[in-house]
Amino acid sequence: MSYLKLDAIDKRFGNVAAVSGLNLEVAPGECVAMLGPSGCGKTTTLRMVAGFEDIDGGEIRAGDRVLSSKAKNYYLPPEKRDFGMVFQAFAVWPHLSVFENIAFPLRIRKLPADEIRRRVDEALRHTNLTALADSRPDDLSGGGKQRIALARALAIRPKVMLLDEPLSSLDPHFREEMRFEIKDIQRRLGFSILYVTHDQSEAMALSDRILVMKQGVVQQIGSPRDVYYRPANRFVFSFIGLSSFLRVRFTGGRMQVDDLALPFDAVDEAPAELVGVGEGVLAVRPSDVDFVDEGGLRGTVRRRSSLGEIVDYQIAVGSQTLRVQKTRHEPGPQVGETCGVRFAMSNWYPLTDASEG
Amino acid sequence: MTGSFRFGTPQILFGLAVAILVIFVAVPVLLIFFNALWVNGSLNIADMVKVLSERETYKALINSLILASGVTVTGTIVGTFFAWLVTRTDLPYKGAMKVLFLVPFMLPSFIGALAWKMLLSPRSGYINRFFIETLGFPGPIFDIYTYQGIILVETMYLFPFVFIQVCGALERMDPTLEESARISGADLFTITRKITIPLVAPSILSGALLIMLYSMAHFGTVAMLGIEAGIYNIPTLIYERIHQSAGSFAAIRTGTVLSTVLVIAAALIIWLQNRVLSKGRYQIIAGKSFRPTEIRLRGLRLPLLAFCIAYIGFTIVLPTTTIFLVGGLKTYGLPIAVENMTFDNYHHILFEWDLTRDAIWNSIGLGLAAALITMFAGVIISYVIVKMKVPGKGLLEFLGMLPFSVPGSVIALGVILAWSGKYGINIYNTIWIILVAYIARYMAFALKANSAALEQVHDSLVEAARASGATMWQALRDIVIPLVRPGMVAAFFLIFLPALRELTVSVLLYGPTTRTIGVAIYTLNEDGETVYAAAMAGVALIIIVTAEVVVKRVFKIEK
Ligand SMILES: Nc1ncnc2c1ncn2[C@@H]1O[C@H](COP(=O)(O)OP(=O)(O)OP(=O)(O)O)[C@@H](O)[C@H]1O
Ligand SMILES: [Mg+2]
Repeated sequence: MSYLKLDAIDKRFGNVAAVSGLNLEVAPGECVAMLGPSGCGKTTTLRMVAGFEDIDGGEIRAGDRVLSSKAKNYYLPPEKRDFGMVFQAFAVWPHLSVFENIAFPLRIRKLPADEIRRRVDEALRHTNLTALADSRPDDLSGGGKQRIALARALAIRPKVMLLDEPLSSLDPHFREEMRFEIKDIQRRLGFSILYVTHDQSEAMALSDRILVMKQGVVQQIGSPRDVYYRPANRFVFSFIGLSSFLRVRFTGGRMQVDDLALPFDAVDEAPAELVGVGEGVLAVRPSDVDFVDEGGLRGTVRRRSSLGEIVDYQIAVGSQTLRVQKTRHEPGPQVGETCGVRFAMSNWYPLTDASEG
Repeated sequence: MTGSFRFGTPQILFGLAVAILVIFVAVPVLLIFFNALWVNGSLNIADMVKVLSERETYKALINSLILASGVTVTGTIVGTFFAWLVTRTDLPYKGAMKVLFLVPFMLPSFIGALAWKMLLSPRSGYINRFFIETLGFPGPIFDIYTYQGIILVETMYLFPFVFIQVCGALERMDPTLEESARISGADLFTITRKITIPLVAPSILSGALLIMLYSMAHFGTVAMLGIEAGIYNIPTLIYERIHQSAGSFAAIRTGTVLSTVLVIAAALIIWLQNRVLSKGRYQIIAGKSFRPTEIRLRGLRLPLLAFCIAYIGFTIVLPTTTIFLVGGLKTYGLPIAVENMTFDNYHHILFEWDLTRDAIWNSIGLGLAAALITMFAGVIISYVIVKMKVPGKGLLEFLGMLPFSVPGSVIALGVILAWSGKYGINIYNTIWIILVAYIARYMAFALKANSAALEQVHDSLVEAARASGATMWQALRDIVIPLVRPGMVAAFFLIFLPALRELTVSVLLYGPTTRTIGVAIYTLNEDGETVYAAAMAGVALIIIVTAEVVVKRVFKIEK
């Protein structure tokens, strides 16, 4: 069952296709994060859902209500959509007190005074702002302002919250704290969240599903585990977490990196169509590579740098380079030494990936 | 510096700065206060009150208040509305409209007043005559010689103060402030009322106070349109008194008392404005964000465009055209028709008549001289204020900025008190007294431009020069001056352009051969030489607009 439904959404700015053919369903109480590099169309998507941008194709629905429809040429204005929205730059109104900021959407809806007071108090409580109700927003820190914005969005008890990089203007310390608070409030109140970020750890920590975009095209929608462990293509693999790629060839039932045969039986794991093509890309997370004394794929340590808790290696394998990360407690080779590596986890992708947008 | 006192470049600069400000600014202003408050060698507030409670002075005070309040209210409404229209809506040709709304800033309002007098004076105004003679109206449709008439004309020229401020605030405002109200359920009208207007209120207020400041001290429009109907404000009454009585003691006293009131009121407004600017401004500036959603005017789009064009046509094109056409009439009052037109008036004032030719050269000469002197004085004083760590520089700064809050008529009166022989120098009735007054009047402009430029020049640049072996004087000449050159150029034009169209100061100080362009137009009009006044105003408009356009071009190239 889905509540919010985006169906084949297109959006162009002049000649630039900001979003193409985007499909997404958000279930009640679900948190979906939109992740992708700068300019990939995340904000645009969110603003189309909010109603600030109209759409050049497709349809957006919430429950049984049509919000935007190109075919019907119908657009419900933002003020009628009953969503909560939090912006990156807080957007709290400096001329109104904290209480009045939160009461604003309720006053617009002409709720009775005691109901307004009750709901604002509730929103203040959820965001730990009760003591500051009568302050002026400009007297609060960035974190405090973002709490006001959150409380204001909560006040109307929306079914859907739209958040556009709500934490990126905060100090790193606050960011983590607020991340858990948002998740906590969501658990208590049960609304859906559509969340834009380009911080992948934020997306991993908060969301039930992650949508990865590139240049306006969806690359993958899946659970954080799926997106991390089973990236749909090379782009997603490299965008989420650290990555290292090796070009491989399949000849006579064996797999080779340059002239070096992989001694272990990796071909079985590789998808048959890649084996058929004869070439592909082996993708690994640097932390999923293990050093072995005997056997393995042989290489030479070219660089070894300590990043505190973690030691980072560059291993020359044939003419290519493999990146490996181990904790400082694990033994590892020194610069110039020869070593063997094995892959605890790996993925294979075609050399040129049609699924990438 | 060692303990013993050395006399070097810093001391010369400091002494020079103090001397310039004391002689040109402090003495005239202090003389005003002294003459207003001291009678026969003792402080006499009661006499000041007596002067103020005389019927005419009292009336002038009230009139200043009425006119300034009226212009402030109308100017603020007009300015805010147009600013909103060109920044927040999908009005067609917004960019061009924005530029056009700023044109009145360039034009002298007394020329506008002259044009409106020719259009809407109750008996001879062309519009009124058209309605009475052609359409058969029983009387004039609008009498410009009234409070409403004066407020209307001043509004046309002063509303850009609010327009500029509000445009700036609306353009810089973070659009998500409005979007978050929208997603909260508010429609565009509610957002404008509850979010947008309150957030830009400090900018509106600060623009409104500027209008008030200028309107209260404004001479030209009231002189052109009010005197006929007996409407005097403070500056026009000062002018009237000084002129009628040729410097009698009673007239001077009334003048100084009125001036004191004017200075106090102006200081109050400036103080309020500073408070609004420093405390009231919200942090509403956008970071990275989208262009704000434009309000769709829908069916109102074309009517509002037509309204803007009509407004510009009515307030800029119509008066300007009227000036040039009347300037070409054989006799004032003739219908505007080809057979009644001639170039003789223009030829006469440009090539034959000494009075007008002198006026043009006087204005240009005064403008250049005042701009040059004030520019250099401004560099020296700004340098002392910004860069030298000397005691008493706060006082220098105060003195330098004082003319901002001292209206032109007050400066002129102060200069009369100081320079007409009582203290050894008599330059009354010469061109020099106008120059002295201009220097005082425009000093603040030069200080602002030069201080801004000097603050960009880091101390280490001078220190590096000194470390390389340059004397203080060489460091100034080779490092500081070249770096502040843009500020000096700006100061020059900030003085030269307004000096070209100046009326308030020179009208109190001119002698038989020392009319300025403004005075020439004003006196020709007074003497009933309306066509010559119009022709002269036309020539003035051409000179002023050409100078403005050339300067803007040059500045663009420099940047
Ligand atoms: N109003 C607009 N007019 C023209 N182009 C726009 C507009 N808004 C967005 N774009 C373009 O659409 C594309 C998608 O922009 P969008 O803001 O959605 O990216 P984003 O994923 O949110 O990026 P970021 O991470 O930097 O916020 C970009 O190429 C952007 O330049
Ligand atoms: Mg964005």
